[in-house]
Amino acid sequence: MTITKRVAGVMAAAMLTWIPTSAQSKLNVITATEDLASIAREVGGDRITVESLAKGYQDPHFVEAKPSFILKLQKADVLIAVGRDLEIGWLPPLIQQSRNAKVQVGAKGYLDASLGASILEIPSGNITRAMGDVHPLGNPHYWMDPENGKRIAKEIADKLSELRPADSAFFQQQLASFTTRLDAAEKRWLAQMAPYKGTKVVTYHRSFPNFAERFGLDIIGYIEPRPGIPPTPQHTLDLINEMKRQNVKLVLVEPYFDMKTPLAIGRDTGAQVLVLPPSVGGVKEVTDYFKLFDYDINLLIDAIKKSRAT
Amino acid sequence: MVTRELARLCMRLCVWIASAGLLMCPSTALAQAPDSAQALRAEIDQLKRDFEAIKQQYGDRLSALEAKLGAAPGSAAAAAPPPSAPALPAPAGTESGTSPQVLGASIANAKVFNPDMAVIGDFLGAAGTNHVQPDPFGPGTHPNALQLHESEAAFQAVVDPYARADFFMSFGEEGVGVEEGFITFTSLPGGLLTRVGKMRAAFGKVNSLHNHVLPWTDRPLVIGHLVGGEDGINDAGVSVARLIPNPWIFLEAMGQVFRGDSGVDPNGHPLFQTTRRRELSYVGHLRGYRDITENANIDLGLSYSRGHNGLSDGNLADPGSLVTQLYGIDATYRWKPLQRSIYTSFVGRAEWIWSRRDQPTGLQSGSGMYLSGDYQFARRWFAGARYDRSDRPDDASALDTGGSFVITYWPSEFSQVRTQYRRTNYALGPSANELLFQVQFSIGAHGAHPF
Repeated sequence: MTITKRVAGVMAAAMLTWIPTSAQSKLNVITATEDLASIAREVGGDRITVESLAKGYQDPHFVEAKPSFILKLQKADVLIAVGRDLEIGWLPPLIQQSRNAKVQVGAKGYLDASLGASILEIPSGNITRAMGDVHPLGNPHYWMDPENGKRIAKEIADKLSELRPADSAFFQQQLASFTTRLDAAEKRWLAQMAPYKGTKVVTYHRSFPNFAERFGLDIIGYIEPRPGIPPTPQHTLDLINEMKRQNVKLVLVEPYFDMKTPLAIGRDTGAQVLVLPPSVGGVKEVTDYFKLFDYDINLLIDAIKKSRAT
Repeated sequence: MVTRELARLCMRLCVWIASAGLLMCPSTALAQAPDSAQALRAEIDQLKRDFEAIKQQYGDRLSALEAKLGAAPGSAAAAAPPPSAPALPAPAGTESGTSPQVLGASIANAKVFNPDMAVIGDFLGAAGTNHVQPDPFGPGTHPNALQLHESEAAFQAVVDPYARADFFMSFGEEGVGVEEGFITFTSLPGGLLTRVGKMRAAFGKVNSLHNHVLPWTDRPLVIGHLVGGEDGINDAGVSVARLIPNPWIFLEAMGQVFRGDSGVDPNGHPLFQTTRRRELSYVGHLRGYRDITENANIDLGLSYSRGHNGLSDGNLADPGSLVTQLYGIDATYRWKPLQRSIYTSFVGRAEWIWSRRDQPTGLQSGSGMYLSGDYQFARRWFAGARYDRSDRPDDASALDTGGSFVITYWPSEFSQVRTQYRRTNYALGPSANELLFQVQFSIGAHGAHPF
């Protein structure tokens, strides 16, 4: 064997056995969505690095399982998922191919953020797909309630403390600070929304039940006839009639849905159509969990005021 | 059992409501005495508050129970939460069980360890004539104008903390077969992703895909001619894959060893066939992937496969069989704007395949390729086109070419209807014009979206 061949052999062997050393001092946290990333950032501070797989402006049900995500998961110490089947179409194959024992479902580094949260719309009785793409474990858009934000933060703080007992005091302190700030903000948001309690709205997808419950909106219908099923003419007509009957003046649309049907409904009923981000990163200005509610509530109040003025 | 508990809870709730009612009636009567009116009012308010609190408590418990009941029949559909994690109320150190409002624990249910099950039906129809290949979807001679081509039953679950298992049984019109059945070790040291069992080999792109995720009703001509057709290289063996770390791209190397029996060529002859135990077949695959932007990416692959073809090597002392070698290059370009990802996308695919087949009459070196594009122009609508060309495996001088147009409609994520016009120009027979139809439907667990 010539020397060059040997060198090539050694180099190939080295390439195959070299494992990237991700054992830095910071915990590497990967989250499914930007909302979880924002909360994790609040709790973990400078002791962790955080990255979200999905972007806030994309439909979290339909993220593509790109191999580049496998590389991110491969190096993760913690994976935080929204759970409740939200990521069922894309996260399982990524976890499977991650070659990372730490973040397999059930392992120490896997956290289902929904386990402590208050979940709405858990279907009862017999459920079938005739109801559309229902989530048997309840509505997965639970982060849209600051109360759940605190619960998610607590889950994350406990998980980080479990993995880094030495930094436990730091994480708990960060959690306390986040909770205090969120409490104060929530009080402010509730006060802002109080005069408009009971405002009737229509939303595109069932993304806002937790938000509506917390801030007193009354969702009377959905543009989707059933979850995950695109609008049909008959359903749209029924919805328009119902909106006229109940005098509904607001239509809320997630940033990733087509505006054609919502705008048509708006023209027909005189309702305003708002693009309301249900996630951090849904629009450029919403860069963290606090700004998500700030933005959404300000947008709503402006629109309600405008509709009352006319 | 849960029903009985629910009934008992309901009864207790009724008793509470009744007793609260009884308590309230006399107090309203007594309230006429003017001096004690205020005290009584306070008492009533207190009672009301108590009652509301109890109602709230029971309401929460009831809804938790209802959720439990509701989850039981649908649990098979709950594909995502592999059994181990969500069944537990909460990881140690958390207090999710303490607050009555928190419903986190309600997802436990009795069938949680059953594998996720799904059945996918694939109904095919064909019109037009084809004298060279009468069966529109295979090398057979039956005209098969209408057929329930395949019903695929999938069973998938986590085995233990170290592995998961996937079974895909295919019920065809002639019988049942294990299309794939393998265990995947997800956490082996050294980052090796290892599969053991029967599986579709990682030769190129299309060979590893199940029928129901293809963008066409059929498989490209070159796959039928050179890579073993619909079943393709699909065999019992071991597969090992490893990521090759580098700062630029996703790079995965995969090596597979199989028994050596796979596929059928257009003449009905196996692609790989063993006559001796040592005549194993091998597949090597190198895959490179890179995001170009957040909306677009490119996926490239190099493949090699070698196996015995069952044709006698003429060695009378130790009879064995000759060798077929396959080389492949595949390229996939995907575009999907993130913010409108459910409405519009484009996938362009191409594969080139070279076959070197030793035959008693000499070596046949053939090649073939396909090039296809699929554009999603609305949430439920896809249009595609494909160009085909391939030499025949046993006679590389005979070149067949063809083309297809495809329209697909998705009523929902769980069903699709497809029409394909296909023209094939055969070197050794009259050209064929065919119209192919497909209805696909899936029930059961929500599988992963194909990528």
